Amino acid sequence: MTEHDGWFAGLDPDDADAAVDRIRDGSAEAARDWPGRAVSSGLAADTDEYYERLHEATIAAARAGVHERERADDKQLIHAVRAMDDCERTANELAERVAEWAGTRYEDAGTGVDYARELAADDDESTDPSAAQLHALAERTAALADEADELRRYVEETTPTVAPNLAAMAGPVLAARLISLSGGLDALAKQPSSTVQVLGAEDALFAHLRGAAPSPKHGVIFTHEYVRGTHPDKRGSAARALAGKLTIAARVDHYSGDRKPELDAELDERIATIRGNVSEGGDGGGDGDDSDADGDATAGGDES
Amino acid sequence: MSDLPTGVERREFDGVERLATRGEPVYGEPTDGEWRAWNPDRSKLGAMLELGMDTGLVGGETVLYLGAASGTTASHVADFAGPTYAVEFAARPVRDLLDAAEPRSNLFPLLKDARKPETYAHVVEPVDVIVQDVATRGQAAVATTNAQFLGEDGRLLLAIKARSEDVTRDPSAVFEDVCAELESTYEILETERLSPHHDDHLGVVATPR
Repeated sequence: MTEHDGWFAGLDPDDADAAVDRIRDGSAEAARDWPGRAVSSGLAADTDEYYERLHEATIAAARAGVHERERADDKQLIHAVRAMDDCERTANELAERVAEWAGTRYEDAGTGVDYARELAADDDESTDPSAAQLHALAERTAALADEADELRRYVEETTPTVAPNLAAMAGPVLAARLISLSGGLDALAKQPSSTVQVLGAEDALFAHLRGAAPSPKHGVIFTHEYVRGTHPDKRGSAARALAGKLTIAARVDHYSGDRKPELDAELDERIATIRGNVSEGGDGGGDGDDSDADGDATAGGDES
Repeated sequence: MSDLPTGVERREFDGVERLATRGEPVYGEPTDGEWRAWNPDRSKLGAMLELGMDTGLVGGETVLYLGAASGTTASHVADFAGPTYAVEFAARPVRDLLDAAEPRSNLFPLLKDARKPETYAHVVEPVDVIVQDVATRGQAAVATTNAQFLGEDGRLLLAIKARSEDVTRDPSAVFEDVCAELESTYEILETERLSPHHDDHLGVVATPR
């Protein structure tokens, strides 16, 4: 097959797998009258038969491609972390309802998922139908919270196999959230670190781009200790430094897959500098991503 | 108002006259016998026909559809056109596109990137019409690189989505830029805003130079 051939050139008409491979991986410089060529080369008796074969082959090829992409581990992880969030959110919502309801019946009614678990664990001897309904709702709530815990365990187990460096640096759940927000590890690896920094803060970002608001300093990476645990004055710098290293980690995970512990060490050092805990040694390890464009915080760290 | 292509008719559904084609239902649209309503609010090409743009479509054409998504519009096109090659790069919508393509022997789904025509030129034959509805930046470039598939008197039916190029810019300025870029390869025959069916979209009919 050359760059002037169609997908069917030299193909055994009965070899469906080979046809699928050709559709998926083949290429040509330019379109040609493929139906006409297929008929004259004897692959098909007439154009109707050609189109029939083409229909079969394109459907099988598209199905195989979709299957392969959607079954990829990072795509499965995305569904798991989203399901985890759904279960947690719904469990919390139902727990509020349980607390509201229970407050009308019991003096000692508590709040939250913990109380729903407590109520669900109580043996209910009451024959009162509304008490039974409340009890059933509490059981349902507790089961949903259990499911959320299960999913969290699954995410914690799976993320390090999908993205070892990112999981080590961000923690498995935040790593999974970043992958989920960008739509895949490949997409995350292609993001600039300024985008990674504000993933999850899209509303604030677009408000800023419309000119109505200041730029957001951080998106979901706020949940990372290195951002949340840094003084608010220096959080922007910390978020920028963290996003820079997370981006590098995602790229290493996507393109090589090897674990590189030195990345974590570089980040630790950099954050320590920003927080002003060390007097030197933080600079020089820079990769450009963490240079301080607006100079809002490193000055203190570097000079102290 | 220009004529509708053969195979597309205005028919009454629940007392309202709507565009319709004949084929298997795809997305829960209202049907009347074998006819199914074509919703211009969910389809840019549907909106172009609804607004009376002169698409040059007569029915039975060979079509390259770029950005087929779940196949909502592509299925209607396949109902009245000839061989229809539907290119879509996102895996999730192609799952739905496959359901639309299965009962349509002339609809060929291709899980390919519309920015890389060489990856499907070994499958797609020269076509009479390119329908393009891709929601990425560089919509003019997609139309330009795919011009090679169009015959001399072919038609490009393009829906430009301003927000895909730049969310912050004024849509009219975006349309102007995209059209200017198209002019190197295409002669633009007609443009019209697709409101009220689609906000910030411009319908374009063009032919290769």
